[in-house]
Amino acid sequence: MRRAIGLFLWLVLVASLVSGMLLIHPFGDPSPTDMDDYIIENAQNQTGSNSVVASVVFDYRGLDTLGEATILFTAVTGVLLLLRTQKRKEEGS
Amino acid sequence: MLSKIVRTVANQLMLFILIFGLYIIAHGHLTPGGGFQGGAVVVSGVVMLLVAFNSKELKKSLRERLLSIMESTGALIFIALAFAGLGTVFFYNFLVGSPIFGHIPTPGPNPGDFWTGGFIPLMNFAVGLKVIAGLSAVVLAIALFARGEEMEE
Repeated sequence: MRRAIGLFLWLVLVASLVSGMLLIHPFGDPSPTDMDDYIIENAQNQTGSNSVVASVVFDYRGLDTLGEATILFTAVTGVLLLLRTQKRKEEGS
Repeated sequence: MLSKIVRTVANQLMLFILIFGLYIIAHGHLTPGGGFQGGAVVVSGVVMLLVAFNSKELKKSLRERLLSIMESTGALIFIALAFAGLGTVFFYNFLVGSPIFGHIPTPGPNPGDFWTGGFIPLMNFAVGLKVIAGLSAVVLAIALFARGEEMEE
């Protein structure tokens, strides 16, 4: 019974992966949108930055970078907190 | 701690790695790269020092409280710059055209002017400070934990 369920789940997984592989867009298919053209034309004038990627990351999509920085901050805080308390618990017990 | 040859070479190399990482951070608005990438380069140098010397030696020069303060300072500069443009919209690039980093390059390919980009170079600096301090603290904490030593309070 367990083996049958396992086989069924495996088949579902394989079917979903294969269908995802077959249904994927061909390379370059989502053609350039109006937003791409707008950013490429206006990024240097509006932000003054030669690197358009930097102007997208820090200016047009700055909110995403704020989330990224928050993730980094949380990760560092978690690591420092976790490793320190573990040491203290060992000493206390 | 590895042999004297390894330690000397690591000491000499660290200077060049530091310069390269700071270059990547400072030119984030002209060339590919930026705060995250340059910070990762500098932290790879810190990992090299961690291998050459042991973590107990490195703990004397890299204070954990200093790293914490550096990381929080980077985060605060980042958020403060984002809020400073709130008169128009959050994350508005208010420094374009101002005396600070205010030049506007000619559209299209150009040789590159360092004094451009509005607040993007300052953002890169803040993020670089944050990544350097944060990842150094993480690497040092994990290395000290693996040796069974405590990070100084």
